[in-house]
Amino acid sequence: MSEHHHDHDHDHSELSDTELRVRALETILTEKGYIDPAALDAMIQAYETKIGPHNGALVVAKAWTDPAFKEALLADGSAAVGTLGHVSRTGDHLVVVENTPERHNMVVCTLCSCYPWEMLGLPPVWYKAAPYRSRAVKDPRGVLADFGFTIPKDTEIRVWDSTAETRFLVLPMRPAGTEGWSEEQLAELVTRDSMIGTGLVTAPGAPS
Amino acid sequence: MNGVHDMGGMDGFGKVEPEPNEPMFHAEWEARVLAMVRAMGATGAFNIDASRFYRETLPPEVYLSSSYYKKWFLGLEDMLVERGFLAADEVKAGHASAPPKPLKRGSFTTNSVDRVLTRGSFTRPASAPAAFAIGDRVRMKNIHPTTHTRLPRYVRGHVGVIERIHGAHVYPDTAAHDQGENPQWLYTVVFDGAELWGADGDPTLKVSVEAFEPYLDPA
Repeated sequence: MSEHHHDHDHDHSELSDTELRVRALETILTEKGYIDPAALDAMIQAYETKIGPHNGALVVAKAWTDPAFKEALLADGSAAVGTLGHVSRTGDHLVVVENTPERHNMVVCTLCSCYPWEMLGLPPVWYKAAPYRSRAVKDPRGVLADFGFTIPKDTEIRVWDSTAETRFLVLPMRPAGTEGWSEEQLAELVTRDSMIGTGLVTAPGAPS
Repeated sequence: MNGVHDMGGMDGFGKVEPEPNEPMFHAEWEARVLAMVRAMGATGAFNIDASRFYRETLPPEVYLSSSYYKKWFLGLEDMLVERGFLAADEVKAGHASAPPKPLKRGSFTTNSVDRVLTRGSFTRPASAPAAFAIGDRVRMKNIHPTTHTRLPRYVRGHVGVIERIHGAHVYPDTAAHDQGENPQWLYTVVFDGAELWGADGDPTLKVSVEAFEPYLDPA
């Protein structure tokens, strides 16, 4: 990602207007001395390698296996995640909300794209796009149907609109049939969407 | 401002379409735009609230038809020109021709990278005690500022309940316009679905927003 040239077969010698404008802006910012392009390379590499849903999955798996950690996590997400040395550093204002048979949580940012980057990585396109942002707060069951699942009709649906710097992470329900699994095995099951509330965690061969 | 970015409750945008195995970036330039926005933010050229406001003020047809990182790019370019970090003729020429404007926190170098990877804190000392307590009923103000706000239209005028108190935070409505951090108490306010969407709405639905104290009246 750091190279400005590339030579794939499908590449066109003619660059898109946007691509040209982006390159021009980077050139100007560099010539002005505002930024060092190598620092942008390093930042992008960090985003590509260090942040991602694997961090959130470790937090979820820990919460499933360690009741004291789960309690601390639900009380103060940032503080509890901060005690896990192997998870990437997280900023303040992380709120973790628990799915139960009585309540399903779902996270949205209707105004822009607020999302817990350090736990889940960069948000997917659908999270930032109009269909999700418009409908999540009004017709969340319809949105879940777009993701191919339903929740029981008497389960409360709680939608968290991320309108400030608070960031929300859903603690999904641990699937049946995973008793005795290690944290590492459990973390493998935890999907990004389950931590947004647009997916469920299922175990292979276990009833979902 | 009552812009098209304020999408909660709008109809007609169609189905949510998740992309299987979505890549982190769909083109190399998207990564450069993300990095430039984060880097210039770290230099102190603008704060996160200003960058949101510049995206919100893109013409509605541009906002709705541009990809996410295209909006970021257009907002960044506008913001840097309007704030005097670039000149419009430099953008046109694709090269710098005027001296740089001093940066509050200096240039963005490899030493600055770690700083942008962890979010900072938005908590600030409060200048007064919180006006509301958990369990209080509040009515969201019916206000329509043409400036930046984080009070979405779909909750204005509606009654909810204070569920959490997050302390005092930087107030986006002033911070976006260089009018200071002006810390305000931040609450989670939860609404019944029927309060927002009427009797035909999903009876199992509850929606919350994060609301700053100036958005709230006692109810």
